[in-house]
Amino acid sequence: MGADAAPREVYARLARWLQDTPPEVLASRRAQAELLFRRIGITFAVYGDKDAAERLIPFDIIPRLFARSEWSRLEQGLFQRVKALNMFLTDVYGKQEILAAGIVPRDLVLRNPGYRPEMAGFRAPHDVWVHIAGIDVIRVDDQDFYVLEDNARTPSGVSYMLENREAMLRLFPDLFMDHRVAPVDDYPDRLLTSLRSVAPHSAPSEPTVAVLTPGQYNSAYYEHSFLADKLGVELVEGSDLFVHDNIVFMRTTTGPKRVDVIYRRIDDEFLDPLAFKPDSVLGVPGLLAAYQAGNVTLANAVGTGVSDDKAIYTYMPEIIRFYTGEEPILKNVPTWRCREDEALAYVLDHLPELVVKEVNGSGGYGMLVGPHASKNAIAEFRAKLKHDPSNFIAQPTLSLSTCPVSVESGVAPRHVDLRPFVLSGANGMVSLTPGGLTRVAMKEGSLVVNSSQGGGTKDTWVIDDA
Amino acid sequence: MLARTADNLYWFARYVERADHVARIIEATSRLAALPRAYGGATSEWESALISSGVIERFNKTGREINEANAIAFLVVDTENPSSIHSCMEAARRNARAVRTALTIETWEAVNAAWLELLRYERERAKGRGLERDDLGRFLALVKKMALDVDGSAYRMMLRSEAFYFMRLGHFVERADNTARLLDVKYHVLLPDNEAVGGSLDYFQWSAILRAVSANTAYHWVYRESVKPWLVADLLILRAEMPRSLTACYENIVRWLDLLARDYGRQGKAQRHAHAMLAKLQAADLKIIFQNGLHEFIEGFIADNDRLDIVMAEQYLVH
Repeated sequence: MGADAAPREVYARLARWLQDTPPEVLASRRAQAELLFRRIGITFAVYGDKDAAERLIPFDIIPRLFARSEWSRLEQGLFQRVKALNMFLTDVYGKQEILAAGIVPRDLVLRNPGYRPEMAGFRAPHDVWVHIAGIDVIRVDDQDFYVLEDNARTPSGVSYMLENREAMLRLFPDLFMDHRVAPVDDYPDRLLTSLRSVAPHSAPSEPTVAVLTPGQYNSAYYEHSFLADKLGVELVEGSDLFVHDNIVFMRTTTGPKRVDVIYRRIDDEFLDPLAFKPDSVLGVPGLLAAYQAGNVTLANAVGTGVSDDKAIYTYMPEIIRFYTGEEPILKNVPTWRCREDEALAYVLDHLPELVVKEVNGSGGYGMLVGPHASKNAIAEFRAKLKHDPSNFIAQPTLSLSTCPVSVESGVAPRHVDLRPFVLSGANGMVSLTPGGLTRVAMKEGSLVVNSSQGGGTKDTWVIDDA
Repeated sequence: MLARTADNLYWFARYVERADHVARIIEATSRLAALPRAYGGATSEWESALISSGVIERFNKTGREINEANAIAFLVVDTENPSSIHSCMEAARRNARAVRTALTIETWEAVNAAWLELLRYERERAKGRGLERDDLGRFLALVKKMALDVDGSAYRMMLRSEAFYFMRLGHFVERADNTARLLDVKYHVLLPDNEAVGGSLDYFQWSAILRAVSANTAYHWVYRESVKPWLVADLLILRAEMPRSLTACYENIVRWLDLLARDYGRQGKAQRHAHAMLAKLQAADLKIIFQNGLHEFIEGFIADNDRLDIVMAEQYLVH
């Protein structure tokens, strides 16, 4: 639905179906969906909540719809943005032309906590840094998509895109016959093709791919095991790997086996105790050296965090123009950089109407949603802001679009965002599966969709235009 | 053992396996038929389903139009169709009752409970509440579960003797036939020159074949690459580790026939025929199969498999 609450054309058939379906049928489907997810074991852990060690993300059974024409536009915008992200990373770890041109402040890049000095002068295999990007977008009207944030490190959630679809196929076969939904189940194949394409030049013609997980206590472990299974590759933990002569091997029942591409779901800092956090038990000693020697490809590359933090985000339009020479297709949410005095003054004056975020925060932690915050919370944030302004950015609370959601009392509008997953491979190969993770704020009026903050998910359908 | 008892056990297993196959074909077809046209949806999927269930000629005689509703009705509830799920389950139950004491309690209950569920489903269906597709999905899941329960209870609890061997033989002869028919109806999308550069819209056809036999994950573990049509053929024809491949079926058929021969102290025509078929599969080369024609290869296999059924019947089941 648009901000004016009139259902868009693409929803016409769905709206009719919702009208014709008795509430008890919807309720029973909701119960079935929950049972299904429990049985499959799609759970996630919330840090700091030990009773909810294995919680289900609330799943909403009403799909979110995009017409193919809308989706094509989004696709173009995403390809453009991801291309720029990759070029930006090649540049800031290489010739640093964008810094020399004064487009992005030098300090903001080189002193950025996401910037890895170890990677300076490094060329990522095939010049691909962000192999898997999760670009969070929202729409505020029929025309435009806004990017909320870029996730260029280890974006998660793609297992929900796939499992939500499987659940919906089981629950609502009729709706699928009516809507002709573009399939998403080739995502693992696209990912595998993409990962194999970026194997180091020294790798054999049939490169070995593995998924590196921190282990089963990680909140996204379900997804790691799910992806490894779908890809048909080993799910390894740090201790399953070792490095010899700058070559990475996994320990198998038939001896060491060389690994050429690692889809790692471990943060940079924990990858290699010799290079980063020395006390990390999750990583593999010598992995970074093997990577720098060009004997293994890490996906995503080390150091991509510099491209997706919230301070760099504010420069994305300029970054896109600089590398592609094109106008950005997807807009940025207008953002005040609190590091700039004028902006800070404005933000301090308008806290109750703004959303303030930590530059390096993620998962909805450490943010202030002005319109929903108590006076105390605002005062607290004001102090934090004054103490370290460059650590914050602020954005207006947009009139986010809403989607129909199935709730106790029937169907009600809730705010949503969307995380599509863009894959980048060798030779400029980019690919977007027609779907994504739609996150929904389950509480009325809430703008926070993060699963760690009680947000839910729903299936995302791309359907032919009416 | 009575020849009649052996015959009942053999056909009991065949019908359970066939019901499972028809359920899988309907599931895979529904999914394919719901895809947008650009992905190959809504072409002639229901016709394919009728062909790979081996009932297209019989369906055509009814004079009905081939569409989703008619095809599903014919494949699920039609008593005129001897391979409909209804007919399969009725026959499975009839055969099971005849040899009630040769089966474990669990095996009998699995079939009988599924039969009662079928009757309930048909009553609901007759009411036409407009939820046919939803009910169907649940019912098909139940048919698959029945096959699992029958298989599992026999495997875990039955004495390894002739009764068990005849059930296994029925299971694998039927399964070989089903896999071959599934491949045959899709053979045109499996030909190597079919792969367009940069991904093909037939992708969803190939993965539907894998899905129908629950082999999507197995495929990726065996080949570790994206779905390629000739590898789908390789997996389902030649790979011994794939439990539905023709080779795997014949390894099993040979095994159970040899155990029968050992117990009875005599090898016969059935053993010789099965050994010859297995040897042929083990020596087969996918390239040569494609060169000589995949369709011809599968047709030949189906005829040979039928032949095994006949010589086995002559040797053991009808005297």
